[in-house]
Amino acid sequence: MSTPRPRPKLDADNRAFWTGGAEGKLYIVRCGDCGQYTHPPKPICRHCHSENVAAAAVAGTGVIDTYTVNHQPWLPGLEVPYVIARVKLDGVPGVYLTTNIVGCKVDEVDFGDRVRVTFEEQDGIWFPLFERVR
Amino acid sequence: MAGREAYITGIGQSEVGIRLTRSPLLLTVDAVREALAEAGLTIEQIDGVATYPGKMASFLGFSPVSADELIEALRIRSKWHMGGAELPAQLAAVASAAMTVKAGLARHIICFRTVYEAAALARPEEFPPLNRQFVDGPSQWVAPFFAISAANWTAQYAMRHMKRYGMTREQLAQVALNAHRNAAINPKARAIVKEPLTLEKYLSARMITTPYCLYDCDRFTDCSTVIIVSAGDALDEVKCKPIRIAAMAGSVNRYSWDQVEWPASYETGEDLWRRTDYRPKDVDTIQFYDGFAFLPITWIEGLGFAPRGEGHRFIEGGHRIARDGELPMNTAGGQLGAGRLHGFGFAHEAVTQLRGKGGARQIPGDPRLAVATSGGGPMAAALLLARD
Repeated sequence: MSTPRPRPKLDADNRAFWTGGAEGKLYIVRCGDCGQYTHPPKPICRHCHSENVAAAAVAGTGVIDTYTVNHQPWLPGLEVPYVIARVKLDGVPGVYLTTNIVGCKVDEVDFGDRVRVTFEEQDGIWFPLFERVR
Repeated sequence: MAGREAYITGIGQSEVGIRLTRSPLLLTVDAVREALAEAGLTIEQIDGVATYPGKMASFLGFSPVSADELIEALRIRSKWHMGGAELPAQLAAVASAAMTVKAGLARHIICFRTVYEAAALARPEEFPPLNRQFVDGPSQWVAPFFAISAANWTAQYAMRHMKRYGMTREQLAQVALNAHRNAAINPKARAIVKEPLTLEKYLSARMITTPYCLYDCDRFTDCSTVIIVSAGDALDEVKCKPIRIAAMAGSVNRYSWDQVEWPASYETGEDLWRRTDYRPKDVDTIQFYDGFAFLPITWIEGLGFAPRGEGHRFIEGGHRIARDGELPMNTAGGQLGAGRLHGFGFAHEAVTQLRGKGGARQIPGDPRLAVATSGGGPMAAALLLARD
């Protein structure tokens, strides 16, 4: 995919998520009181409303909950096809990430595949993509 | 307590086309004129305006006209107006107008949805496309992965339905096939659909995002649709047959397309039946949001016309949802057949059928009860419409 990825605007809430890849870590906001996770990130726990929240590194593994193979070049120069997936993260109940599955052919991807995060850096943003665990 | 009821009175629609040159404000005025004429109302009797999603400066083709502009242009003396995207889907503008007349704040409210997405593509200097270089808000969690369109977001729920419940492409195809059959005899859809659709053509069409092919995604269209909502104690001013808003429902609990376990159509569907004594078996026609082909299946299940996981079997073969079937669906052609009118077309067609004004596409019998819906991702709205 040679087309630049649409770039998130960094702020206090999302910075850890989008830059954690520099340390090879996937960060999800976790509550220091109830231990549950909030994603998309917010300065408050959506489960117990505690403000004692902070970005916490998670395992970075998960399973493909569902996916779609996209064939439409939505942006100029976008290389198709590619896989968009909804990944259910290990150890982070209730949190899903929309991502791309990379490093394999599009027709090799299936429901329930085990995946692991891999980061793609572009101008200081570390996009968490996933590859199948063989 | 007719005074506490809300009714749809006038309905109107501008020309429906691709790359129209008439200004979006004037298209809105065209639809207003038709709706006023049908209701037998004058603009002086209008005292409210509601729209979805409000004028969007960053994405003018998507929503080029504000409630303020219409008030200004037509010299409306408004007592209550509203326009915004932070509502549970498109028809929530109509539901909000209904609440307003029930509360006694206005008597006749013009609700409109004007779309100009095809024209905008042709005239980008006037109607610039959405800047996708930088993203924030909810889109930052999907667009960076080139999950640009709601087609990508809803397709994943459709894929899950195939895996979990065995939905086939042939079953999914019935939504588009039914839409095209109905659009073919809708004079307003002539600019949108030129050729009949067959299952063979559907199955060989190019893929957009699995399982959606070209025919499973609606097409950018230019149009304005108007629904006038009137208070029950103002019906003596109206000449057309009023259609009562018998129940309404809407929901959003995660405003994230990828964090919801089920599209909001399920929760909204259950809520709708809690607010009325009518039951699904009483419904004569369904007008279900079909911006993407899977969404009507979620509404069929969410509103209890079929159990969860069996909506695709309900529409199998297409007979049940055909114009002469037991539950005619999207009789004007929906958005897949008649263009992306963005939600308001479903209420417009429900009222048309309940008044027996469908012409060649009028469903048989004496339809008295219809459901019109919009949305189906993380947000959804449903209206139950009755001719008493």
